[in-house]
Amino acid sequence: MNGVIKLPVEAGARRLVLLEIVLPVMLLVLGIYAGLLQVLFRAGVIQAAEFGGWEYYQALTLHGVVNAIVFTTFFAVAFGNALVPYALGMRLPLRWAWVSAIMMIAGTLMAAWAILAGKASVLYTFYPPLLAHPLFYIGAALLIVGSWVAFFNWIPMYRRWRREHPTQKTPLAVVGVFATFIVWLIATVAVAIEVVVLLIPWSLGWTQEVNVPLARMLFWFFGHPLVYFWLLPAYTMYYTMLPRLAGGKLYSDKVGRLVFMLLILFSIPVGAHHQYTEPVISSSAKLLHAVLTFAVALPSLITAFTLAASLEYGARQRGARGLFDWMFKQPFFSTDSWLFAYLIAGLLIFIMGGISGIVNASYNMNIVVHNTSWIPGHFHLTVAGPVLLAFLGMSLHLVSTYSGKELRLKRLAIAVPYLWLIGVFIFSWGMMRGGLHGEPRRSNLGMSYLNPDSPFYHPEWKLYVTVTMIGGIVMTLAMIAYFAVFFGTVLSRRRAEAMAEFPLSEAYHDESAGAVANFRPWLVAAVLLIAVAYTPMIRDVLRGTFSSAPGYEPHNPAPANQMEEGLETPAAP
Amino acid sequence: MDRIEKVVMATAILLLLVFFGAIMIAATSYGIDLPTCVTDRAPFTEGKAPFKTADQPLRYEAHTVARMWMFDPPEITVPPGAELDLYLSSADVVHGYYVEGTNINLMAVPGAVTYQRVKFDREGTYRVLCHEYCGTAHHLMAGTIVVTSQPVEEQ
Repeated sequence: MNGVIKLPVEAGARRLVLLEIVLPVMLLVLGIYAGLLQVLFRAGVIQAAEFGGWEYYQALTLHGVVNAIVFTTFFAVAFGNALVPYALGMRLPLRWAWVSAIMMIAGTLMAAWAILAGKASVLYTFYPPLLAHPLFYIGAALLIVGSWVAFFNWIPMYRRWRREHPTQKTPLAVVGVFATFIVWLIATVAVAIEVVVLLIPWSLGWTQEVNVPLARMLFWFFGHPLVYFWLLPAYTMYYTMLPRLAGGKLYSDKVGRLVFMLLILFSIPVGAHHQYTEPVISSSAKLLHAVLTFAVALPSLITAFTLAASLEYGARQRGARGLFDWMFKQPFFSTDSWLFAYLIAGLLIFIMGGISGIVNASYNMNIVVHNTSWIPGHFHLTVAGPVLLAFLGMSLHLVSTYSGKELRLKRLAIAVPYLWLIGVFIFSWGMMRGGLHGEPRRSNLGMSYLNPDSPFYHPEWKLYVTVTMIGGIVMTLAMIAYFAVFFGTVLSRRRAEAMAEFPLSEAYHDESAGAVANFRPWLVAAVLLIAVAYTPMIRDVLRGTFSSAPGYEPHNPAPANQMEEGLETPAAP
Repeated sequence: MDRIEKVVMATAILLLLVFFGAIMIAATSYGIDLPTCVTDRAPFTEGKAPFKTADQPLRYEAHTVARMWMFDPPEITVPPGAELDLYLSSADVVHGYYVEGTNINLMAVPGAVTYQRVKFDREGTYRVLCHEYCGTAHHLMAGTIVVTSQPVEEQ
């Protein structure tokens, strides 16, 4: 694009960012294949426990871990490693950045081995007392701690920038990336405690039993902020890049900052809304988290207005007239600003993702949808909508600019987000409608409910799983096209000097930041709110849990520690 | 922030308050509420078919144990109009308890007891299915609730 500032990148930082982008996209090939298998199993096309050596629940574990944890975490770190130094005009300190990358890669390889070897078919929520191989938990811990190291590495750089620029506002891009990692850091402390204190010693046999309600509370302390960790890099792109890509300006800089601070404040104390139908937690604590979950919808509703206003401003600059003309005068298919296609398609998907999310949050209404296929139908409209498309688009942008290579197959690259949009809408329609009719999530339906030979056969779901499968196939085609563009670009010849360049937007209203200038007051408020929201939860877990549980391997209904002692070896049915 | 942004924010807050009000009406006027923290029952490992508990003619209590990969008892029978105090416990890993066509959607968590009072008005056979991944044969874990006016005294 014209007028975008280009900054040189040293070779070390270049290699680091490219590695952190290319490696997870390679793993994503496996993750997408595992996703395709899911819809085929569920539609009853594959009526077996396994296909091509991958068991259904093993493939589901891989799909979740690779797509939602590994790919997203690597991307967020790479994005920060590129964008923070660029926006501050500084050099990335490389030593700790590499330590972080090596920890994350080592952790990923350990967990990937455990899953591929069939020793960790516990899904990406790894709820105890289902037991996985110790390397699965150790790998997860390394991946998380490695991402912390990347964040800690930016903080001294940012502090120095603040000292050297006492009168300037922190660049909005840096606010976005830091908000991402503040939410991540607070949230992952809980899951790190779950994994390191409860699960690793237990999986190694050092402890015999685990407190399941406590582990679940710690997991969901992490589990919902996790979705904001996915979403915040996309928000960062929406606020700082989308207006410019559309030829306009960000409607309000201050509202952008406010949204990031509100997300720091509200995205963590909401975990109980994943546990509405569980024992142990009192309904009053659940209600409190329901209220806070509605509060976290507020920044997204504000975002819907601000982004639309920014797009409208851009279109009116280009001569849009009347009430609705601006909606169509957008560079949907422009090869110059192809990144726009990825961001706008994601935003359109997110409208549906946001609405269905409010349904899930709605306390007693959650009874209708909890653990039905509605839930993955919903979150494919968020994490596999705005998040995935923003990450895919930015990954292309980063490999192209950081390696000095021209994007290959540009027209195909622009088709990818729209094809994905069509696919994911079809997919989620099937999943969500099926869910309202009781279709369960995380279930090998081809072995029971969608198998005419089974006593559980449930033909009413046939339509929904078939539609879901068609959507899944379209999504797979979109990803095949993406991989062609991505690897085509990676393997092409270098044409120019590698440069960091991001199409950062100006603000239309560029007010002083005021109350949203600093993180500190919002951090303090966030911690206080977490204390208020989680004190009753902790009290409930202490008084409502009667006993701990031994571990169980997924294929055997006898406790794993009894298996080793040879006390009991009943066979699976 | 300009005027229109303030209007948008106020509208967004109002919208969320309306949603929340609707939830509260459903919870209070229609009695659709979530399971809560139970401390007066310890987890159990043996199921119990519905038995009468109080003077009211249609008040029953049942204990269901979820285990890899079955419900104990696999079938529960109650007369139409029955109010059933359902206690749910897990003997091994986390399970789900979803009754098709009703508002019964519960988690069975080891170390704790899930409780819900449910009312059955319509006669019929309801599918119960486990909707939380619980191991290799999770998709085969199911049960039934039969609501019938045939006498069930022997239970």
